[in-house]
Amino acid sequence: MVAGMVLALNGDEAAAYAVKQCKPDVIAAYPITPQTIIVERLSEFVADGELDAEFISAESEHSALSACIGASAMGARTYTATASQGLALMYEMLFVASSFRLPIVMSVANRALNSPLNIWNDMSDTMGARDCGWIQIYNENAQEVYDFTIQAFRIAEDHGVLLPVMVCHDGFIVSHSTEGVETLSDSEVDSFLPPRDPVYPLDVERPVTIGCVGVPEYYPEIKYQQEVATKKSISKIKEIMNEFNEDFGRNYGIIEEYRMEDAEVAILTIGSASGTAKDAVDEMRTEGKPVGLLKLRLFRPLPVKDLRKALSDVKVVGVVDRHISFGALGGALNMEVRAALYEMKDRPHVMGFPTGLGGRDIRVEHFIKIADELLKIAERDMLEEDYRVVGCRGPGCIGP
Amino acid sequence: MKTWDEVPFAGYILEPGNAESYKTGDWRSRQKPVLSQEKCTFCLLCWIYCPDGAIVRKEDAVEIDYYHCKGCGICSYECPSGAIRMKSELEET
Amino acid sequence: MALKSLPLHEYLSPGHRLCAGCGEGVTIRQILKAFDEPPIICNATSCLEVSTTPFPYTAWRTPWIHPAFECTGAVAAGIEAAQKALIRKGRKKKWNVVLGLAGDGGTYDIGLQALSGALERGHKFIYVCYTNDAYMNTGIQRSGATPKAAWTTTSPAGRVIPGKTEWQKDLMKIVVAHDIPYAATVSASYPMDLQRKMRKTIQADGPAFILALSPCPRGWRTPPHLTIELGRLAVQTCMFPLYEVENGQYRVTMKPKRKLPVEYYLRPQGRFRHLFTPKTRQDIISEIQAHVDKKWEELQRLEQLT
Repeated sequence: MVAGMVLALNGDEAAAYAVKQCKPDVIAAYPITPQTIIVERLSEFVADGELDAEFISAESEHSALSACIGASAMGARTYTATASQGLALMYEMLFVASSFRLPIVMSVANRALNSPLNIWNDMSDTMGARDCGWIQIYNENAQEVYDFTIQAFRIAEDHGVLLPVMVCHDGFIVSHSTEGVETLSDSEVDSFLPPRDPVYPLDVERPVTIGCVGVPEYYPEIKYQQEVATKKSISKIKEIMNEFNEDFGRNYGIIEEYRMEDAEVAILTIGSASGTAKDAVDEMRTEGKPVGLLKLRLFRPLPVKDLRKALSDVKVVGVVDRHISFGALGGALNMEVRAALYEMKDRPHVMGFPTGLGGRDIRVEHFIKIADELLKIAERDMLEEDYRVVGCRGPGCIGP
Repeated sequence: MKTWDEVPFAGYILEPGNAESYKTGDWRSRQKPVLSQEKCTFCLLCWIYCPDGAIVRKEDAVEIDYYHCKGCGICSYECPSGAIRMKSELEET
Repeated sequence: MALKSLPLHEYLSPGHRLCAGCGEGVTIRQILKAFDEPPIICNATSCLEVSTTPFPYTAWRTPWIHPAFECTGAVAAGIEAAQKALIRKGRKKKWNVVLGLAGDGGTYDIGLQALSGALERGHKFIYVCYTNDAYMNTGIQRSGATPKAAWTTTSPAGRVIPGKTEWQKDLMKIVVAHDIPYAATVSASYPMDLQRKMRKTIQADGPAFILALSPCPRGWRTPPHLTIELGRLAVQTCMFPLYEVENGQYRVTMKPKRKLPVEYYLRPQGRFRHLFTPKTRQDIISEIQAHVDKKWEELQRLEQLT
């Protein structure tokens, strides 16, 4: 096989380049910062004849996803990208795409939600869409964005999955930061990703009715079938990830551990904050403090068993969310990790640290403060607060 | 009733037009159309105006499909030759 | 072309659950008779969608998809684009007509943006709006298509306000402003006019739009057997003129021999009853007549101009 090149790409460009190599038939999208680079690059690829796809410049994100639903139902390989308000506008159609079991792939450059208007990063958008039935993969850097965009098509279209996939990366922090990305050759991508084989496409020869009225006598059966499929997809995702690792010399997992050996407390991160958190862990370890890091890559479906296994030996877990679920227990990740661990015999304490809201920097010192807090909890063996916001000025917060 | 592992994939319906087996004829509450073949000129207006496809078009005649006819009375009202009369459901035809 | 020449196929099967005398049933049956082979249909949420697909039954003998309410234009665009790509890449053999179906709520109101986007981008598809002048599926609420003075449950004929206070949105003008190859109004009461226009939509090189008046016994408060008659009266009073706009050229396809007063159309309908009882609201009826006259004259002028 021809080896790919190392290219200088930012996160958005990495997504666009990967999508190009995956040869989608239809792309429907609407521009929104910080995702716009993706659709710009893809339209250039189409305009230059490097990508043979129909590019629909939709008049809204709602229509972009609707067009993807139509195209995917026809059997086309279909892609879109969005962020923030755009994802919020798509919300209704997110459920439709997953309920129809359409393997649409969507990149999301995570961005805060209005109001106040904020174009910078947090995960209010995709975390708010966590119950829409999409697989959600969160990436730390442009390399991961590239690798998982390719895997996303393979996962989505696998007949053992058939679900839409969101490939998420942090706005600006990843989307606009250029790094060296080790790409695959086109033939390597082709060998990993066979053409889509649609199950029940809209076909005049074999007419099918998609999107019936699900009366109460059938709705639960139809929905539970979807729930089972979503839960079952975890093993397929692992399988495909392993295949990718073996084929291309990567080392990805749905959860990744960093210096978790003998760790008494663990910081759990998602997305680009993981890199900063690793530096903090290194610093703490130098000081002899038993701190480890868990990076969650797959948030939907939630790898409950893997979380339990990875956190079975620690006393305290600090969950670093990048959004707030107003009026609840901090962020969604915190609540779900807590819920996942609740039935463990010697469950650890779990405290949430919503942080990095609206593009506020998360720095090494923030993680050190978080780790110190976790060590105190370990010592007391008692949790005093369910969560505390990090990176915010004023009483009750760890700032600035 | 089918269980979750028996219902078709994602609630798709894979038998086109299977609604045909569903009886809507019992929606008729008072009257039903009765066709006089002698008066019928085979103009096909009843056929094209029926909301339910309940006028069956044959080679050179039409028939009323009572399994599906909902008794709206359009065919009778529109028939230019008075060949379709609305009669009581209870009346013998 | 005669009725006898129309195909026997019923792409919308009997056994659907539209109300007795439903104008949509007639309209859609007739529209589908313009096709020699099944189109690929995307349907907005509507009476039609709900009544034809209660699981595990479908009345559709065509490929059919219903994603949501406001997205018909966009979904049709996706289907069209997919076909283009798949045919070009050799993964699909032949082109199938793409047919979007939506009611007045799904077109005049919530679906207008998606429709406009699809028309502007020039996708090759047919969009049929079957209008019954209100949100009938949710129980007769006012829409942008509801005529002035009509009673609905959200434009009630109250002691002070006599039904809807605004004029109906002129959707055709909005659609025509997109400079699409073909747009026309149809009524199932004029089946051959409808057939002729539908066949033009199939031939159109780009987006084609059909606005079909679809009388609703339940929402209009009319006896079910009058559905076809009401469509006729709408045309004869010029409340719903039949015309087409082909590459910018207007043509009125059905000119009433004698233009009937609007009262002929209003009086049989329960939704206008408050205009006639307890006392006749001649002021409102005259206002509607003047509006209809003005629009009719405008249409004839457009026909001469283009």
